[in-house]
Amino acid sequence: MLLQLKQVSLSFAGNTVLHEVDFGVAAGRIHSLIGPNGAGKTSMFNVITGFYRPQQGDITLDGERIVKCKPHAVTRLGIARTFQNVRLFREMSVLENVMAGQHCRSKAGALAAILRLPSQRAEERRILETSLECLDFVGLMGHQDRLATNLAYGHQRRVEIARALATEPKLLLLDEPAAGLNSGEKQALIELIRRIRDERGVAVLLIEHDMSLVMNVSERISVLDHGSLITEGDPHSVQNDPKVIEAYLGQDDEELAL
Amino acid sequence: MDKHSPPTPTDVDEHDAGRAKPRHPLQKLYAAFESPGRRRALHLTILAILIVTPWISSQYTTVILTNALLYVVLCLGLNVVVGYAGLLDLGYAAFFAVGAYTVGILTQQFGVNFWAAIPFALMAAALAGVIIGGPTLRLRSDYLAIVTLGFGEIVRFTARNLEITGGASGLSHIPEPSLFGWHIDSSIDFYYVFVVLAVLAYIASQRLFDSRLGRAWLYVRHDEDAAEAMGINRVATKLAAYVTGAIFGAIGGIFFSVNLGAISPESFSFQQSVLILLAVVLGGMGKIPGVILGAFIVVLGPELLRDFGTLRLLIFAVLLLLIMLFRPSGIWPEKRS
Amino acid sequence: MTWYDSFLQQLVDGLVLGSFYALVALGYTMVFGVIKLLNFAHGDLYMTGAFAGFGGLSLVSGFLGAGWLGIFVAMLLAMLAVGCLGVVIERVAYHPMLGAPRLSILITALAVSLVLQNAALALTGGQYTAFSTDLGFGGISLGNLFLSYNQIVLVAAAAVLMIALELFVSKTLYGRAMRAVSIDKDMCRMMGINVSAVIAVTFFIGSGLAAAAGTMAGAYYGSIWYFMGFLIGLKAFTAAVIGGIGSITGAMLGGLILGLLESFGTHIPFIGSEWKDVFTFSILILVLVFKPTGLLGKSEVERM
Repeated sequence: MLLQLKQVSLSFAGNTVLHEVDFGVAAGRIHSLIGPNGAGKTSMFNVITGFYRPQQGDITLDGERIVKCKPHAVTRLGIARTFQNVRLFREMSVLENVMAGQHCRSKAGALAAILRLPSQRAEERRILETSLECLDFVGLMGHQDRLATNLAYGHQRRVEIARALATEPKLLLLDEPAAGLNSGEKQALIELIRRIRDERGVAVLLIEHDMSLVMNVSERISVLDHGSLITEGDPHSVQNDPKVIEAYLGQDDEELAL
Repeated sequence: MDKHSPPTPTDVDEHDAGRAKPRHPLQKLYAAFESPGRRRALHLTILAILIVTPWISSQYTTVILTNALLYVVLCLGLNVVVGYAGLLDLGYAAFFAVGAYTVGILTQQFGVNFWAAIPFALMAAALAGVIIGGPTLRLRSDYLAIVTLGFGEIVRFTARNLEITGGASGLSHIPEPSLFGWHIDSSIDFYYVFVVLAVLAYIASQRLFDSRLGRAWLYVRHDEDAAEAMGINRVATKLAAYVTGAIFGAIGGIFFSVNLGAISPESFSFQQSVLILLAVVLGGMGKIPGVILGAFIVVLGPELLRDFGTLRLLIFAVLLLLIMLFRPSGIWPEKRS
Repeated sequence: MTWYDSFLQQLVDGLVLGSFYALVALGYTMVFGVIKLLNFAHGDLYMTGAFAGFGGLSLVSGFLGAGWLGIFVAMLLAMLAVGCLGVVIERVAYHPMLGAPRLSILITALAVSLVLQNAALALTGGQYTAFSTDLGFGGISLGNLFLSYNQIVLVAAAAVLMIALELFVSKTLYGRAMRAVSIDKDMCRMMGINVSAVIAVTFFIGSGLAAAAGTMAGAYYGSIWYFMGFLIGLKAFTAAVIGGIGSITGAMLGGLILGLLESFGTHIPFIGSEWKDVFTFSILILVLVFKPTGLLGKSEVERM
């Protein structure tokens, strides 16, 4: 397993958000995490990426413990993420946004920058090239000089993915990447997710409410309900699992139409 | 669905929607110098003016301009902290003091050569930056403001109470330096020293801004969580800004002390920190040409307002308030449209 | 004097000092509670209050005299005037900044502080103004311990103001609304609480208390000047932080603790009175670094 959670529990002020979760994502796999609203999906992302510290349990990436790491350290070790509500640096250019991802793969400090050392210039060039390549990968070449906030919503989501890819991750976490997209954009997103895995070898873990997209793109699906993992399997078996249907009862129609 | 922000309708197809014609006169001026060739021509013209000025103006003007150039160095340093990294530092004069006193003590009391004392002053400032910034940069931003204010006062009180710093009357007879046989002592000599310092501070600011670290400061200022998620250590990044600012301040202080030949605790008061901050806010936080303009305004302004007496400071205070209320981005126009 | 007498003397001095700190700290903590703003101008409201009290006293001393009664009336006038000034400041400077980046709000608050300070500088020319009163130097001697009537009245007045505030916040409708606003503004709006009015009342009371402290300090020390608010502003903030910012009881407690610490701290060998302020600011920094929630403050939601 690339990512492994063992007996992870998280609670806020006595409310249990995650309860003894055992969960793993295999290398090079497209894995979805689904569940009704409030099941704890985003909390699980926050636990994995170091934004929340679980009260108990262990998390490893490639065998390395990451449970006590700060978010920036987790990213450096190879997990990148996007946010449920797009969180770009709005007043900065698209290119500058993507370059943020390269920060943890470079190292020049203040002195190197002031003296413009050859190594610093080479590094800046590499940051620029990698960032442009990531931007090209998500199909936004030509938009690099625009302010992030001036882009269409669907494009902003792609910039966020490009920014995450620029951290050169082993595992990419996407938090509801299809939210707010139209059907054409959703189709393009499915292709993009596949290309991320196929061409870059990056495993993808996504939280998504759009079930047709989940069923279409995922190789494996885990279902979270009330902070516990209730089932896991391939799309077909999850779709027909009575526990899943029960968990979703009372949810809106879109989600019931598994 | 309701929890997602709706798609923003601001996107206008391929062409950039926001490239309106520059209207602000300063913006026009700025736009006229967009090409690198013209930019270089502008830089050379300003440099030529700076070099020629002391020969065609009075000694008084030269002294005032020297002070303005000192402020350019200090303001560009504070701009790294406040403008780039978004940290409110209300005790910036403390670093100015650390630089000035270290050099003053080493040269005057221990007979150390001025140039040999500089590295010690820089190290002292960096150390002070790490000691005060390290634990406090994790705090809420307003706590940081108060802690830096307290730190500034601690440094001033300490300078006033210690024997080695000369107590309330400070240090005097700080020896003037010489460089390869050139004895730096006249006001014109010091003017040129500060021209060099200001130019170096300008180049360093510009290069920092265009670097990985400069971008990291902006990321952290705009969205700490997103920056962390991109692998940026926010505490280390802020500390880098704080220490960089400290070093700029110390450099200003080092040359300030030898220029005047005497320093006292009152040169490093809270008002000094506020004046530097005012220049940065006035010009436009994070905008290098604006900050330089701000530095000139806070130094030359009082000279022009000399007749107003104590009202001068009130005018500045009201100006700061009006800027924050009506034009928080400062008088310098936005580069990006 | 025996060590016991000097201990008592410092206890008294510390309580007097602590009363001033506590009154000013209350304003910090109340404003911070409702709008999460560090009101840099608060120390200058104390200074303004001292001048307002001075003005008030010269107004009423003609028929009430400059004794306790005159000072009391002058203090009420100063509280009213500075309370209103506080409300105006909130409306003009802070209200328009809601939603602006934190850095901008802080600089705005700093600007307000500078405006008040320099306005006073321009008006007084930077000179000390004598705050002359008819208060005598009488007092009670208990052995070697001397308690002046002024000290007794001052501590008593501060205590009355603080008890009144505590009752106001815990027993009245507005007090409850204030606590509610400090917890969740949006929810209060939905419940029909007039949040703007609550904020205005908070500024009024906080500024009024600072003015009360300013007038008392003026009468007690006998002179006032434009810069008197700076140091006490910082120290009162320290007191508020020690007690736990946002907590009213905490501010009172923090003020008294700081007053006592300063009073006793300056008698520790090798610290001496010239290091008093360094000592205070070091306490501030240490508390912020090691226990930012103070003694009675609530911790913010824990993350990372």
